[in-house]
Amino acid sequence: MNLEPFLVNAILAGFAVAVITGVMGCFVVWRRMAYFGDSLAHSALLGVALGFAVGIAVNIGIILICSVFALLLLWLQQKKVLATDTLLGILAHSALSLGMVTISVMGQRIDLYSILFGDILTVTRPELWWIYIGGAIVIIMLLMNWSSLVLMTLQEDLAQAEGIRVFLCNLLLMFLMTLVVAVSIRSVGILLISSLLIIPAATARQLARSPEGMAIIASFFGVTSVGLGIYFSFVLDTPSGPTIVASAASLFTLLTIYLQVIKKK
Amino acid sequence: MVNLIQASNINVSRQGNKILENVSVVVGDHDFLTVIGPNGAGKSMLLKCLMGFYAPDIGEIRKMNGLRVGYVPQNFAPEHTMPISVRRFLTLRRKTDKTAIEEVAQETGILKILDQALFELSGGERQRVLLARSLLDNPHLLVLDEPAQNLDISGQLGFYRLVEKIYKERKVSVLMVSHDLHLVMASTKEVICLFHHVCCSGEPQIVAKDPEFISLFGNDMATMMAAYQHSHDHAHHDNHSHES
Repeated sequence: MNLEPFLVNAILAGFAVAVITGVMGCFVVWRRMAYFGDSLAHSALLGVALGFAVGIAVNIGIILICSVFALLLLWLQQKKVLATDTLLGILAHSALSLGMVTISVMGQRIDLYSILFGDILTVTRPELWWIYIGGAIVIIMLLMNWSSLVLMTLQEDLAQAEGIRVFLCNLLLMFLMTLVVAVSIRSVGILLISSLLIIPAATARQLARSPEGMAIIASFFGVTSVGLGIYFSFVLDTPSGPTIVASAASLFTLLTIYLQVIKKK
Repeated sequence: MVNLIQASNINVSRQGNKILENVSVVVGDHDFLTVIGPNGAGKSMLLKCLMGFYAPDIGEIRKMNGLRVGYVPQNFAPEHTMPISVRRFLTLRRKTDKTAIEEVAQETGILKILDQALFELSGGERQRVLLARSLLDNPHLLVLDEPAQNLDISGQLGFYRLVEKIYKERKVSVLMVSHDLHLVMASTKEVICLFHHVCCSGEPQIVAKDPEFISLFGNDMATMMAAYQHSHDHAHHDNHSHES
């Protein structure tokens, strides 16, 4: 198999996204942010629409809308009227619907399918830059604050007593999630981003003995899933995003069966 | 003698509710303060203000320069989703060498569980791990928020005995929220009875006779404290005869 340039781009993009979502995914699993990540990704459709409508880069549109989403959520949580999952449901589906309405009002031809499910095989060079710069920010910020974030996840009061600014750390995690969503959309699409956050981390949890170990193993499973996904999507001519997620799910299933059924006997 | 923390007339309100009203507390050197009070009386808020989590709306909190505080928070229930060993938890955010860890582990009786996963521990072991972590900085003051809340009776006894031992051996000060006053009576120098304001405070046996204390906790608690005070007296006399 000759490596076509588009395949090289796809692999470079996919591996980067896998490492980013692998590390970030650990926090999603630890802090029960799965629904938050899903909602954030759904609201990104409004960002895409905004990007097209105003004529700014789609990534900027996504970051803007997702940040507004996160701040709105924080503000509504403070009101203590409704539960967080209710708030997330309202915000995410409102944004998703508004995005769809905006796109159809504009009458622009947007490949909705590739936004929802991703199309990693058409990633371009400039988009690669986005992924690498955004991803570097996410990884560097997570590494710099690693121990504080882990301690805060275990016990917030303890973290605060040791001088960690818990509110800022929460805000940081939310912002990094918006970045992760923005850089991953091209590869796996709005509907499947959260699976790339959850499945590799959940797979890694079964093997890891330390928080750091879990992040590394999760990234490894993510990269493997992306590799398998791109390969099968190319060979079988299936949509890339779902094929990547199906690969991740298969790895999870195989490992779970091995550890829970075969090894336990 | 320098006071570790001196809070004068602090007031805290949240969403229009007064949580702390004109509360003054002095934590002295090698002091042992026990804060009691009904649920929602502002006990945790008082601790958090004294540690500097929140600034009081009114009032002043003065701390000794370079005060190191070890904190054992309420509700520590690590989830099984995060794989982390006790040892790693103790060294998070710290540059601690192996011997220091093992000394503190020895002191708190967790040497055998250092390499276990944090989420596997029993309630009592978990509290000891928290205590160990709070000691790693060599604190001047230990702040404990209902540390034995979810332990069974022997776990409670064991934990308080450990706190007492640390209090005596390390010469630290202790500031603790606890409902198990009868178990910590022997070491407690001052009881602060809190219900948004300080209802009464002083030596345990004096507080037990205070009408406000009795109206807040009922006669049973007062009687129980009096009973324990009695046995404490005995212990005290014993020590005396040894010394003389």
